[in-house]
Amino acid sequence: MATEKRVVFRSGWLPWALLAPQVAVIGVFFFWPAAQALLQSIQQQDAFGTSTEWVGLDNFRALMNDSSYLGSFKTTAVFSLLVAVIGLAVSLMLAVFADRVIKGALAYKTLLIWPYAVAPAVAGVLWLFMFAPSIGVVSFWLRAAGFEWNHLLNGNHAMALVVMAAVWKQISYNFLFFLAGLQSIPKSLIEAAAIDGASPWRRFWTIVFPLLSPTTFFLLVINIVYAFLDTFGIIDASTEGGPGKETTVLVYKLYYDGFKALDLGGSAAQSVVLMVILITLTVVQFRYIERRVNY
Amino acid sequence: MKIRSITPLAAVLAALFALPAQAQTEITWWHSMGGALGEWVNDLAKDFNASQKDYKVVPTFKGSYPESMTAAVAAFRAGNAPVVLQVFEVGTATMMASKGAIKPVAEVMKESGLKFDPTTYVSAVAGYYTAPNGQMLSMPFNSSTTIFYYNKDAFKAAGLDPEKAPSTWPEVALAAAKLKASGHKCPFSTSWQSWTQLESFSAWHNVEFATKKNGFGGMDTRLAFNSPLHVRHIENLANMSKNGLFVYKGRNNTADATFPSGECAMLTGSSGLYGAVKANAKFAYGMAPLPYYPDVTGAPQNTVIGGASLWVMAGKKAEEYKGAAAFFNHLSSPEVQAASHQRTGYLPITTAAFKLTDSSGFYKKFPGTDVAPNQMIRKATDKSRGIRLGNFVQIRTIIDEEMEQVWGGKKTAKEGLDEAVKRGNEQLEKFQKANKG
Repeated sequence: MATEKRVVFRSGWLPWALLAPQVAVIGVFFFWPAAQALLQSIQQQDAFGTSTEWVGLDNFRALMNDSSYLGSFKTTAVFSLLVAVIGLAVSLMLAVFADRVIKGALAYKTLLIWPYAVAPAVAGVLWLFMFAPSIGVVSFWLRAAGFEWNHLLNGNHAMALVVMAAVWKQISYNFLFFLAGLQSIPKSLIEAAAIDGASPWRRFWTIVFPLLSPTTFFLLVINIVYAFLDTFGIIDASTEGGPGKETTVLVYKLYYDGFKALDLGGSAAQSVVLMVILITLTVVQFRYIERRVNY
Repeated sequence: MKIRSITPLAAVLAALFALPAQAQTEITWWHSMGGALGEWVNDLAKDFNASQKDYKVVPTFKGSYPESMTAAVAAFRAGNAPVVLQVFEVGTATMMASKGAIKPVAEVMKESGLKFDPTTYVSAVAGYYTAPNGQMLSMPFNSSTTIFYYNKDAFKAAGLDPEKAPSTWPEVALAAAKLKASGHKCPFSTSWQSWTQLESFSAWHNVEFATKKNGFGGMDTRLAFNSPLHVRHIENLANMSKNGLFVYKGRNNTADATFPSGECAMLTGSSGLYGAVKANAKFAYGMAPLPYYPDVTGAPQNTVIGGASLWVMAGKKAEEYKGAAAFFNHLSSPEVQAASHQRTGYLPITTAAFKLTDSSGFYKKFPGTDVAPNQMIRKATDKSRGIRLGNFVQIRTIIDEEMEQVWGGKKTAKEGLDEAVKRGNEQLEKFQKANKG
């Protein structure tokens, strides 16, 4: 890479000093807690930490023997897939429409970005109120339409509720990136295709979508991570993982065991498992899906 | 002091320097009493602080019960735990097992030299917080029990006698059917399904919820709430749920709000709900003992307590312990106890407070407020004294999860209870192992 532009520092310490703040942040907020989680996952402590016992892989063994833990893998897969696919599809659609709007574009965009400022727990409660079986406005409409909505006892309804809340919360983020991606696609390409007689549908799939693939790929990774890690607030505020264990995803179980049940060893073991899953998923995405991305 | 003659800055400085000279010892107290109950807690501290000069109790609201406990755990690990911590009943076994983190209340009182007699406390309450060796570990504070609320106006509209509450479960089912026939959308619901329908239910019928005296006899206790009687009751409720007679409103106390709003006509819940019902219900209401099955011998026995107690944390200064002891001494007086009971609807936890309230005519003036104390002030048996289990937080969630499957018709009552017992026992084994019971 001889042609690559490079800034060369003459001083030996300056680059390190410039890197230091970032390294310190990553060290304190990522590596240090990750190391602590690894350590705690092979310990068993009482709630107050007055006695600590080294238990080796016992915490992991207990997890693998826990049928409800294995069940929550399936729940997590369904939940994450739904959140990522629906979230990306809806926001792409909205971005394409918002990109075409001529009048009042700013108002639409602002409204679409709004939900991002809402805290997850608030989003959960918001949707919970709308769908509460006895007082919710949407469940009232549904009942009027002859549909008996009850997410307190029906697992599918509960799953639909948390997916809706999680998707709604993430649409803004996806929307922003898609919109930026769309605006960076050269108009000349689309105009040329239009002159050649390609329909809008065809133009979207053969020009826009492939050129958008780096954005889509980036968002896919981010959305999967979001669905895996960032949704427990929504679930805690709306369904608490119920009914039964129908909406208990991995990160919710981890939160429950650690912060409500004060089982820190078991909870740390789960966070290690989650960490491994996410690293694997991200590596797989970068190795296999990235090949299909046009930069 | 001539503050006006000096500059404000100097006044601030003077105040700053004046602080260390104060001889008062601060007693930090973390609690979970929000809203009207928070005001009650603040008043208790204020009265105590005004009654003497050596100590100052500083109450801090730390969120829900589990949140306060988590906060205290984190604070203890960081070396700045409060002196006094309010812990809910399901956290009791965890606190008891954390020997290095707490200082038994009996010890605190003894060292302070104050006269303290645990036997003044109602036995079902004091016994709950007492170790197998007879040492009282925490201070009973706010205790409640499970009672039955019903809407008298709705009863009248359904052609039922509003002055006669259903006293047995078959009567509840019949009343629910009539309420439904009269157009009521939610004839019956319950808060705290594990506490009301399984824990109190067991004590009320004098059957075991768990072996080894419901956990009082040792950590090798195992769950026993899948007996034929339990299955029969849960099956009944499941049938009521299928027919729209029992409407499930969610975990914990979510169902509480449905009674004062008039949505649900009958509710089993905490006696501590009384304050909210009294303030918000726009209809005539009644309170009655928990229903039971009349063919079960020994029923009704007594119900079990919920609520919380005050724990003293380890590693504090001797002065702070003396202050905590003085505060507890103040709290134990019959006058303070009786006033608290009448104000909040929590149980009178000393016999003297109950007698004082009775002789003041309070129960006559507010009918139904004596239901909860009467359910508790009885001679408890080994099966009804209370339930004290390790990992109880998780066990309650497991019961919630399994019962939801039963109400939703995904599992039969027997399948749900068997599974809850099996999964709950895994938690008990884990607790036993972790604490080398």
